[in-house]
Amino acid sequence: MIVIRGGSVFTPDGIVTADVVVDGDRVVSVGDPPPPTALIEIDATGCWVGPGLVDLHVHLREPGQEWKEDIASGSRAAAAGGFTAVVAMPNTVPVIDEGHRARFVGERGLKVGLCDVVPAGALTLGREGQHLAHLDELIEAGARIFTDDGDTLVDAGLLRRAMEYLAGRDCVIAQHAEDPGLAEDGHMHGGSVSSRLGMRGLPALAEETIVARDLALVELTGAPYHVQHVSTAGTVELIRQAKGAGLPVTAEVAPHHLVFDHREVESMDPNFKMYPPLRTPDDVAELRKAVLDGTIDAVATDHAPHADHEQEVPFEEAPRGVIGLETAVGATITATDIDQRRFFERLSINPARIARLGEHGVPVTEGSPANLVVIDPTAVWTPERFHSRSQNSPFLGRKLTGKVRATILRGRLTHRETE
Amino acid sequence: MRHLLTIEGMSRADLEDLLDLADEFVDVLDRPIPKVPTLRGATVATLFFEPSTRTRLSFERAARALSADVLTFAPGTSSVTKGESLKDTALTLRAMGADLMVVRHSATGAAHRVAQWVDVPVINGGDGAHQHPTQAILDALTLRRHFGKLDGLHVGIVGDIRHSRVARSGLQAFSTLGARVTLIAPPTLLPLDMTDWPVEVANDFDEVLPHLDVVYLLRIQQERGGTTGFTSLPEYVRRFGLDDSRFARLRPEAVVMHPGPMNRGVEISPHVADSSRTLILDQVRNGVAARMAVLFRLLASPGAER
Repeated sequence: MIVIRGGSVFTPDGIVTADVVVDGDRVVSVGDPPPPTALIEIDATGCWVGPGLVDLHVHLREPGQEWKEDIASGSRAAAAGGFTAVVAMPNTVPVIDEGHRARFVGERGLKVGLCDVVPAGALTLGREGQHLAHLDELIEAGARIFTDDGDTLVDAGLLRRAMEYLAGRDCVIAQHAEDPGLAEDGHMHGGSVSSRLGMRGLPALAEETIVARDLALVELTGAPYHVQHVSTAGTVELIRQAKGAGLPVTAEVAPHHLVFDHREVESMDPNFKMYPPLRTPDDVAELRKAVLDGTIDAVATDHAPHADHEQEVPFEEAPRGVIGLETAVGATITATDIDQRRFFERLSINPARIARLGEHGVPVTEGSPANLVVIDPTAVWTPERFHSRSQNSPFLGRKLTGKVRATILRGRLTHRETE
Repeated sequence: MRHLLTIEGMSRADLEDLLDLADEFVDVLDRPIPKVPTLRGATVATLFFEPSTRTRLSFERAARALSADVLTFAPGTSSVTKGESLKDTALTLRAMGADLMVVRHSATGAAHRVAQWVDVPVINGGDGAHQHPTQAILDALTLRRHFGKLDGLHVGIVGDIRHSRVARSGLQAFSTLGARVTLIAPPTLLPLDMTDWPVEVANDFDEVLPHLDVVYLLRIQQERGGTTGFTSLPEYVRRFGLDDSRFARLRPEAVVMHPGPMNRGVEISPHVADSSRTLILDQVRNGVAARMAVLFRLLASPGAER
């Protein structure tokens, strides 16, 4: 039995200050007088208590690149970051384009037991953009999100067929939007800083033209569509219009895009290299607004581990992506000063809905699943070392506000801050 | 000065100090025995991960003229072909006793990265399309020795600006020293965003040509994608090549510069290349003196490493 005392609790009836009692894998009471003694007591005074966080976008590198991360180390990082479920992207080696591979990922996650690891399926075989992957097998193995993430499905005809094939299957197609022609193998945002540094730039239009095109296909097919890691003000506007027109569109943003802009690349530190790249201060301002007003449904980390030796190279030669699981809470609160209700909507309720996860993202009430997180929204801390196997974080040495105190998965404590 | 990585942020006084010093080394190089003992016992390592003739030779000549020893690293014949990283290469050369490293690399920021890994001064010998600071200093030296000063000079930099580190570092040095700089290229060979750059931009070479004191020609950087910036080489030459008829329309006192290597018949006609009004070989000669000045400042000045 776990008692979480005195926290500000996200319930179906709004935020209330209450004690939460967990027994087995369920919440057994919210607000009733707790038993005088419990096996585990968590003092949540001044803290937010809510459903465990759900990350729609992580790269756990297993199978195939375990020197960067594996499902065990990634799950540990996820638990430390307040997550009880993560969606693992399919760009592993081999690619998750067959049912048994998706099953492997999910089962490894269950065996580790620190966080539910939900496999996303590749949209095309080998993520090569030529033929559809084994979508039926993948659905049977539990995949609900389909994406060639890391690359864009460029062929509009193939995307249309995928949308039509998956119609009515309770699935969503997620797109990493980057037109390869416009992207020109850019290393960073195409703008004033790339021009000065003499680096090939990846313009905002490379993202926006793909999203605009895809939205036309959504209008045609009615298929649910999710924009991964939105990075530009123009994309936000496209999504706002599409939602206004009633299209089944959702979107996520990565915490680093809420905090940093392209000027950080002047340090030429590979921990600021990610795709999409850091954009302009105006884009950052627009993304923050879109998270608060709900145009962007979810914050998702795009956690992308790379080993130290892979980062010890010039910026242009560094691999794509940075880690984010353990800094998502602090980065989001620091960047947006978001309130508790919207925080849990963006990091738990909405992503669980988009990933079709019934046991996650459920407001805390008697009988709800004991997938919970306790967050101190005012704690100030500076990241120095991570549970993730890789340390490629742009937040190293940056002061953040908001810290995870405890994470609970099916009634078991998966992380507790030790201080 | 701890390292020389970029011209950006250098003051007029910083640049003039190096030019004054370089002037003295020009005199040294004119002596019957063009050598001084200043850096005896010091070891200068050149780490060139990109092909280069003049820059590497120029640095090595400069180091020897200061009596330093030279360690030459060339990737084609080295452990880089066995997968050795930039970091390990730099640490290895440091362990062999390098007191200063000159780094040339195809990636922006390579020299900056090396400067984070080793505890000796690093000179950026050219990083991607970013910076080539010693080229900027030798070009400024050449102009100052020819015209007396750069103030009021109108310098037109012509060609593949987008992919040129010579243009980026050069325009900063020239404008800091008082010159007016115009970048001349089709939009596809210009950087995407030049907000706050101390330059004017022209797409029509012929219009600006008669107003220039200096025509600074660049080669098309094929290895960085320069050829995607125009339709065909003959069409590029017709619009932006310094051919004989354009050369004839230059102001009588105007000069022609080129960082090399030249592509005769493309950005420069053979006749222009061989004309007495080009300063191309002066640039090469002054390059040794300019690099001596930089080596001296980093290794022999009060407060320097040694």
